[in-house]
Amino acid sequence: MPLATFWFILVAVLWAGFFVLEGFDLGVGMLHMLVARDEPGRRAAINTIGPLWDGNEVWLIVAAAAMFAAFPDWYATMFSALYLALVLLLVGLIVRGVSFEFRGKVDNPRWRRTWDLLLTCGSVLVPFLTGIALGDLLHGLPIGQDREFSGSFGDLFPPYAVFTGITLVLLCLLHGATFIALKTTGGVRSRASLLARRLAPFTALAVLAFLPWTHTTAGKGVLPDIIQLLAALAVLAAAWLVLGRHDGWAFVATTCTMATTILSIFTNLYPRVMVSSTNPAYSLTVDNSASGNYTLKVMSIVAIVLFPVVLAYQSWTYHVFRLRVSPDQFSVPSEPTPE
Amino acid sequence: MSQLDLARLQFAMTSIYHFLFVPVTIGLGFLTALLQTAWHRSGRADHLRLTRFFGTLLVINIAVGVVTGLVQEFQFGMDWSGYSRTVGDVFGAPLAMEGLAAFFLESTFLGLWLFGWDRLPKRVHLATIWAVALGGALSAAFIMAANSWMQRPVGYAINSATGRPQLNDVWALFTNPVFLRGYLHVLLASLVTGAVVMLAVSAWQLRKGSTPEVFGASARLALFVLVPALMLAMLVGSELGVTEGKYQPMKIAGAEAQWTTCQPCSFSLIQVGGGKNDQTPTKIVAVPHLLSLLATNHWNGKVLGLDQVQSQYQQQYGPGDYVPNIFIQYWSMRVMAYLAVVVLLVGLWGLWLVRRGTLGTSRWFQRAAVWVVVLPFLMNTAGWLLTENGRQPWIVQGLQLTRNGVSPSISTSTVAISILVFFLLYAALAVVEAILMTRYARMEPAPPPAEDASVPALTY
Repeated sequence: MPLATFWFILVAVLWAGFFVLEGFDLGVGMLHMLVARDEPGRRAAINTIGPLWDGNEVWLIVAAAAMFAAFPDWYATMFSALYLALVLLLVGLIVRGVSFEFRGKVDNPRWRRTWDLLLTCGSVLVPFLTGIALGDLLHGLPIGQDREFSGSFGDLFPPYAVFTGITLVLLCLLHGATFIALKTTGGVRSRASLLARRLAPFTALAVLAFLPWTHTTAGKGVLPDIIQLLAALAVLAAAWLVLGRHDGWAFVATTCTMATTILSIFTNLYPRVMVSSTNPAYSLTVDNSASGNYTLKVMSIVAIVLFPVVLAYQSWTYHVFRLRVSPDQFSVPSEPTPE
Repeated sequence: MSQLDLARLQFAMTSIYHFLFVPVTIGLGFLTALLQTAWHRSGRADHLRLTRFFGTLLVINIAVGVVTGLVQEFQFGMDWSGYSRTVGDVFGAPLAMEGLAAFFLESTFLGLWLFGWDRLPKRVHLATIWAVALGGALSAAFIMAANSWMQRPVGYAINSATGRPQLNDVWALFTNPVFLRGYLHVLLASLVTGAVVMLAVSAWQLRKGSTPEVFGASARLALFVLVPALMLAMLVGSELGVTEGKYQPMKIAGAEAQWTTCQPCSFSLIQVGGGKNDQTPTKIVAVPHLLSLLATNHWNGKVLGLDQVQSQYQQQYGPGDYVPNIFIQYWSMRVMAYLAVVVLLVGLWGLWLVRRGTLGTSRWFQRAAVWVVVLPFLMNTAGWLLTENGRQPWIVQGLQLTRNGVSPSISTSTVAISILVFFLLYAALAVVEAILMTRYARMEPAPPPAEDASVPALTY
């Protein structure tokens, strides 16, 4: 396999990994106010992802850095074209990231409520905007022969890209609801489970519409390819398992749905990395935007050595924090608060 | 202001802001790991209380450091697509390595450390804080390798078809003399910053006098780290100056506002004027031979003047103005160096009090040590201004001009909106961060858990 293709696959896997892992964090962020009526419940919901979310978010950082190193033209064109959307995305990521840390640091209901709302908004913005960004890659943006974006802000929101964003928000919601149901006890668990059952049909419909739309956007007809077939099966299985209240298997199914849905964008993109709607000849491809062979070789060695290590210690983290979190753990303040 | 100016302003603003938090994270991470190691060995409840107290401050800091780092990574593509496109082949590699080798380590183990108090065996839990500290230090290594390449490009060849530099020797990025000295300098400066924060908080607590035995220990630890780290940082920094003077003569000549070549050269402690329109400054105090010594390591060393480097560069790179902003160069160098001397004096004062055993009672020292906390942040900022402003007008020394690195498709108003958004957001974060840091720094440390009880996790 040519190294550039290997790196395209790696970038796709990093994006899929980001959505699989950060997907439920985002879902928890969006839902934490809905699944709990009181402070112990909210803390329980947030603490299910407490030790995990930061490590999960690094998948996005590494995905972007991998694009920079392996496909500088892709990184440069995409990030400058999506400028203002990325500013918003960064605001979402920043607000979300500090909310986790800050909300519990002052014992005051108004303070906590502010951060709860910011956490919720940030958690909606992130999958919506990253979804739009990924949708734009496949739908195409006005890109000239010089590989520079020649459109305006409005060009970033074609219906397909917006729908990609909506689909990913729904998927994160379902993924997050099943995660909370799997990782908590008591009232929080039953409310999360109920929310998951309500969300499942809508999410399944969105994914089932998204898959053929992706395929036709890529100009490959309506019939799905193998990854898309898997995505369709996974989302149906997820809905069925959620409705049947099989917490563990439902989470496995939403994980598979998330992974295959993201991967299907990339399989339909290949061998292009960013489509030009101005002229197909101007599209950026795996070959015409890749770094030199030496860089790709060095980075491949680094990735092959380090990636398994990262996977090993991240899996270990999940093992360490495998127990359910109970709202009872938080019913008395465990941290001292200043006068 | 043009789009180029705004893009530069945005990068400067967000980088300076980001780098307020990075050195605290690296320095305080290391010191917290030391405290926990002390607890592991001694079993003393005081050490545990200190570990958790400073660990909480560390975490509040990391939160802002991490999220503002995201902006930096995205900005290369957003504002500097010309740059990213041209040099991504070389520059992207250390960034991707940073993610894989350092970010994953730091953030995953931070989660394990925070939430793992009651889940992990003591020894494993101690290892997690060291992994966090290692992750921070590694991350700085890759970033400094990337930055040093911009100061002195190595390990590449120009691809004749694309005209872009392509990596051909990755090892060269990490043996770059600018990297070796620059990285060491940044690590030491981070230790200094972390130690000064720890010293200031301890001094505040000592003044309040509620738990003198606890914070006496952290004040001593901070002083023992601070003084040697700062002395080494000054030494390495001066070596870095010599190295950069070799590859970037403009940077060093600019830092002295030295327009004409001199041999031997005196160092002006303070002067008025000396900018582009006023090339004969009024040196108020000048020390003979000192500039020669600093810039070349020789008593009678020759330092090239700005005018001569400018005409050399015009011959080499074509017509243009290759002189950086002299005012920023001259004063950033002095702010960094002079404040370092102030911090060093306070550190030595503290060590002297430790020796006399009066650290806990010296009100004057405690008052001074609290206020000294702002200085490392000014020094770090000045240091980066010195090195980055001194590279101008190049984005990569000798390879690409800053004006050719900016994104061609972005309008001035787009960058203006973005600056405004980040300015407001960062200002709000700064207020919250300041409130939380002072609140938690003034808190009495949590009482130690009962002998037989396990230590609870630091949950959200």
